[in-house]
Amino acid sequence: MSRLDFDIAHLLAGLLVLISFIELYQDRLYALLNVYAAHALVLAASVAWQAFIQDAPHLYLTAAIALSFKAIVIPVALHRIIARLGIHREIEKVVGVGTTMLAGMGLVALSMVVMLRVTHGADPLAREDLAFALSVVLLGLLMMVTRRNAVSQVVGFMSLENGLVLAATGAKGMPLVVEISVAFSILIAFIVIGIFLFRIRERFDTVDVQALDRYRGERR
Amino acid sequence: MSFDAVAGVLLIPALAAALLAALPGYRTTARINVVATTLTFLCALSLFFHRPPTGSYLLVDDLNATFIVLTTFVGFTTSVFSASYIGHELETGRLTPPFVRFYHAMYQVLMFAMNLALVANNIGLMWVAIELATLTTVLMVGLYRTHEALEAAWKYFILGSVGIALALFGTILVYMAARPVVGEGLDAMVWTVLVKHAAAFDPSLLDLAFVFLLLGYGTKVGLAPLHAWLPDAHAEGPTPISAVLSGLLLNVALYALLRFKMLLAVNTAALAPGPLMVTLGLISLVFAAFMLYRRRDIKRMFAYSSIEHMGIITFAFGMGGPLANFAGLLHMTMHSLTKSAIFFAVGHVAQVKGTQRIADIGGLTVTHPVLGWGLVLGVVAIAGLPPLGIFMSEFLVVSSTFARAPVLAIILVFGLLVGLAGLFLRLNGIAFGEPRGPQGKATASYVPMFAHLAIVFAAGIYIPPALVAWFQNVAGLLG
Repeated sequence: MSRLDFDIAHLLAGLLVLISFIELYQDRLYALLNVYAAHALVLAASVAWQAFIQDAPHLYLTAAIALSFKAIVIPVALHRIIARLGIHREIEKVVGVGTTMLAGMGLVALSMVVMLRVTHGADPLAREDLAFALSVVLLGLLMMVTRRNAVSQVVGFMSLENGLVLAATGAKGMPLVVEISVAFSILIAFIVIGIFLFRIRERFDTVDVQALDRYRGERR
Repeated sequence: MSFDAVAGVLLIPALAAALLAALPGYRTTARINVVATTLTFLCALSLFFHRPPTGSYLLVDDLNATFIVLTTFVGFTTSVFSASYIGHELETGRLTPPFVRFYHAMYQVLMFAMNLALVANNIGLMWVAIELATLTTVLMVGLYRTHEALEAAWKYFILGSVGIALALFGTILVYMAARPVVGEGLDAMVWTVLVKHAAAFDPSLLDLAFVFLLLGYGTKVGLAPLHAWLPDAHAEGPTPISAVLSGLLLNVALYALLRFKMLLAVNTAALAPGPLMVTLGLISLVFAAFMLYRRRDIKRMFAYSSIEHMGIITFAFGMGGPLANFAGLLHMTMHSLTKSAIFFAVGHVAQVKGTQRIADIGGLTVTHPVLGWGLVLGVVAIAGLPPLGIFMSEFLVVSSTFARAPVLAIILVFGLLVGLAGLFLRLNGIAFGEPRGPQGKATASYVPMFAHLAIVFAAGIYIPPALVAWFQNVAGLLG
């Protein structure tokens, strides 16, 4: 593998972590969706680059799914759902932006320390890809726990899943990657259709934790 | 053409799902549902006599044959119960015919997904199957479309998806560990190949992979503190689904964990998965035992009891060794049978009384003797009183632990006793005393419930030597 191949793959994976950080401090839903679309776009580029350098044509399919489904269809659909159902456009956070960003940095540092130490035997590209992927996964989780609004929790889940696709494509020659990315797309489609069909509007409209509190277990 | 039992347990549910999705009418579809699950069960039984060869996608060995037979059997009895349960739901108008059609199709898809997860030899395929099972159960939990049901489905969906995602990361890490040894491509995800070469894998990568797999699949097993979805999902879905969730799906997730535990056991340099499982198991047991006390909803109470028992089973498998594994397998079987029998009873109770609130249910043994005593027998069994089957398996877990780690055994016994007292405290009000709530006649099918209880009762007194030998053999496989 040439130096340039490695650098570009590295750049794209790093960009994905950066965009995850940008998602963390968004406070408007529409803006968040746009940032997520960029996230998916970078993922598609990264997967396509992996397909090219690994000479694995089936990965182009995964890249195409990421581009068409995650970067275009899902953000557009969520835009329309938010408009149609009249969901609050502001994102309510459990923790302030500063704290969240600090926690995010801590998580990235953690995943670097863990993955780079654990994978010293693997080849350098797969190694760093995995470290970046774990960072994206953890940042997605962080986003899910620091947001009250269900749509932004879903966006957190979707960027978590982008991290998984990054890891799967970075693991050279991994079988079933296309199948797994299709399975995940179905999962996400279900979530989005679920939001729309169930029209659990009050769930999205109010501060969601209250809705959870009301149903914290027992009927009274 | 030779008969292929694995194809049977996969294709019958898949075809039945397609058929049931197309057919209207409740009576025929409920019957087709029962027929399909019966045929699947018969196919599963034939696995004892004839096994297809191991491929790179499918595998049948003694371990998963046990799980498949248990799954298809409970799937079969639950479909019988479901026929009368759903009939009542249609009469009362809680469900409409299109929803029933959807429900029956989903029931078969769930059976397909669970069987696929069990026969999968490929860790990627196993993951996809468990994801499919999660999706179908989410849809079933939200079936009633009430606010609470949607809330429960949503919570299950989000927590289940995160669990599934973490499990996938663990699966990718296992592949990364295998690649330098096995080589690129399909072989590096085939479980039988992995287990052959696992000794040469990078131990630190395997460690990390197992942590993710434990968190991921552990969420699906319902281990505390990852259990938050479980009580809601059990309480708000249709009761046949509660029975299948508790009795089967939790086992399937545990089965996935066990496969990876066997992988780590081969690699001596990797961390021992046992202590992690023991810790999570004990936490689940003690936590759920205390949670039994303040329950107001009858289905939630038994959901917490499921967490408690999954804790015991995980604990037993975590301890490892022939005796503890044997006890774990026996306990898993007994728990599946007993818990689904209890949910059969609870389903009819909730239908008769029109509520799941414990405060509104009382004196069942007076007003509905068969149902009431069935429930009492079920609770006596699940609480682990002699001479029933769960007493046997719990006794084995405790005695095997006392020999090796007395401190852990004390915590275990403490948890069991707390749980027992909690269950009886609630049972007293439900089954005895002043009758409360409507006292209409129950249109119930008692056969599945008493069939399960009879097996549990018989197992407490006498287990056939052939079965003991079989379980011992499987326990040996688990290491």
